[in-house]
Amino acid sequence: MSSDVSPVNSTNAPAESEESLPGAAENGPSGELPEAAYLLGLADDAMVYAQRLSEWMTNAPQIEEDMALGNIALDLLGQARALYPYIGSIDGTGRGEDDYAMLRDERDWRNVHLVEQERGDFADEMARLLWFSAYQVELHTALTGSSDDVVAGVAGKALKEVRYHLDHASLWVVRLGDGTEESHRRMQAALERVLPHLAELFDDDEASVTAAGLGVGVLPSSLHDAVVGRVRRVTDEATLTLPEASSWRSRGGRAGIHSRPMGYLLAEMQHIARSHPGATW
Amino acid sequence: MYGNDVIDPNVPLNAAETAAYDEAAAHVEGRAVGEASAEGFDALIAADQRIEPRDAMPDKYRETLIRQIAQHAHSEIIGMQPEGNWITRAPSLRRKAILIAKVQDEAGHGLYLYSAAETLGVDRAELLDRLHDGKQKYSSIFNYPTLTWADNGAIGWLVDGAAIMNQVPLCRCSYGPYARAMIRVCKEESFHQRQGFEILWTLMRGTEAQRAMAQDAANRWWWPALAMFGPPDTGEAAKGGGHTEQSMAWGIKRFANDDLRQKFVDMMVPQADKLGIVLPDPDLRWNEERGHYDFGDIDWGEFWRVLRGDGPCNAERIEHRRSAHAEGAWVREAATAYAAKQASRRQESAA
Repeated sequence: MSSDVSPVNSTNAPAESEESLPGAAENGPSGELPEAAYLLGLADDAMVYAQRLSEWMTNAPQIEEDMALGNIALDLLGQARALYPYIGSIDGTGRGEDDYAMLRDERDWRNVHLVEQERGDFADEMARLLWFSAYQVELHTALTGSSDDVVAGVAGKALKEVRYHLDHASLWVVRLGDGTEESHRRMQAALERVLPHLAELFDDDEASVTAAGLGVGVLPSSLHDAVVGRVRRVTDEATLTLPEASSWRSRGGRAGIHSRPMGYLLAEMQHIARSHPGATW
Repeated sequence: MYGNDVIDPNVPLNAAETAAYDEAAAHVEGRAVGEASAEGFDALIAADQRIEPRDAMPDKYRETLIRQIAQHAHSEIIGMQPEGNWITRAPSLRRKAILIAKVQDEAGHGLYLYSAAETLGVDRAELLDRLHDGKQKYSSIFNYPTLTWADNGAIGWLVDGAAIMNQVPLCRCSYGPYARAMIRVCKEESFHQRQGFEILWTLMRGTEAQRAMAQDAANRWWWPALAMFGPPDTGEAAKGGGHTEQSMAWGIKRFANDDLRQKFVDMMVPQADKLGIVLPDPDLRWNEERGHYDFGDIDWGEFWRVLRGDGPCNAERIEHRRSAHAEGAWVREAATAYAAKQASRRQESAA
């Protein structure tokens, strides 16, 4: 697999380019401990993708899919909710889940750009879900061996969920790829559109290097080949071609540098909570 | 966590928590569900036995049930929209999780009910087409907008509460698949109603702005919730037509609209007091003689206007459904095409 051309254009090397970005502080956007910053990246990926997936409810191609995507959103939301209070306990701020979700500004979010992108068509969502769930399967498999019992516990529960997510996405990618001419064309186009946002998942930033060094986390780059292998098996069966490279790639999410849709996502998600400071719901 | 932590779970908050529900749920099938009965339809109805899909039944009975079950299923599906509108904006992660689960439940109820309708010889795709073409209706309550977060509380408390009041008698409906669907649906709706109460409970114990939000939502949803029981259907008022009399004879309907509405008012007024919400009816007061609450006149002009299409959200609700369905057509076609390919591949490999 290692000799394979990487379809996600990842260098598998620390993302040095981030250092030149304004505001990419050494200890992460809020100066948290690297372990906390690492876990915040995982939690924010789950939280933001849950938010995006929940937008499908009442908009899916069939009612079963309204339920299924809602279910996946609920699982991811649950993963974020399990991690946030724990992060609050280790970063010394004592923040709770809503402090993280509702009261942080865009620059303090550490999710990758992949999950914040606006909802496209159903093929776009299945392409994103296929990659993200394949990544999460490898991630949580590795994290079940974390030296941190809480992280290992969260990963153990999440692993059962994300295997189902991967299964769900795989079935749809195969159906769409090997369905009609139109669905094949759309699914192929979606695989190409998602490509620039994948490399970020496998960047080793300082927080992940430190977390991996402590045995708490795992080096993102170490997941790359297995994830690509999982995705390629599905696209092969689906008679689709995994695109080889894109002319650009997203970067900066883990350092709090986000793409345009992120601010709007937060505005919508946080508006009510922020309009009533200190209120409980 | 659906509100059981703040209110006594032993005090019934809705009709699914009363003895009427328990009795219906305890119904034991008199015979194997898959078998056709040797007794005729009339004898089964007279003996208060359930009619099952393979039993002979009058065409009118079948049509009435298809219409009613489809309308009920459509209401669940359209009913996902008013609350679905708030999933991305829920003010806390706990509320977001509950709301997603609730909207999921509604989708599940819709599917369950479409399956019940399918036992009568129609298919879901056809029923959805009828919904999208405006040939079949859904509950008119969903033509009202959800303007603030508190509306999610008011919908759970009042709209789900009224729906349960309507649906508990349907747990004893003469048509088996519908009755069994209702037994399950009512149980989940009961959780929904409690979570609505709990949203309002929390708001009423919150900031001034939160209390105002809760009161405003109750003001807007109270009257439409009362109208959910339908216009008066007995005595003088029933002469305009309707299906009540025949539905009663067939064991589909068990109580008159006004009886259920009165039960609902009697159940909700003490709950409003407990919440600290003032119901928007100056005529609402306890009548010692009747042993019921008196309440003011419902604006049936508004009811009929909204029912006929001129409500604040009628066009929006149907357009949302139609466009989601149309945008998903290529996905459903692909799934069908793939299934056909797989079937022929299996055949080839078996040959």
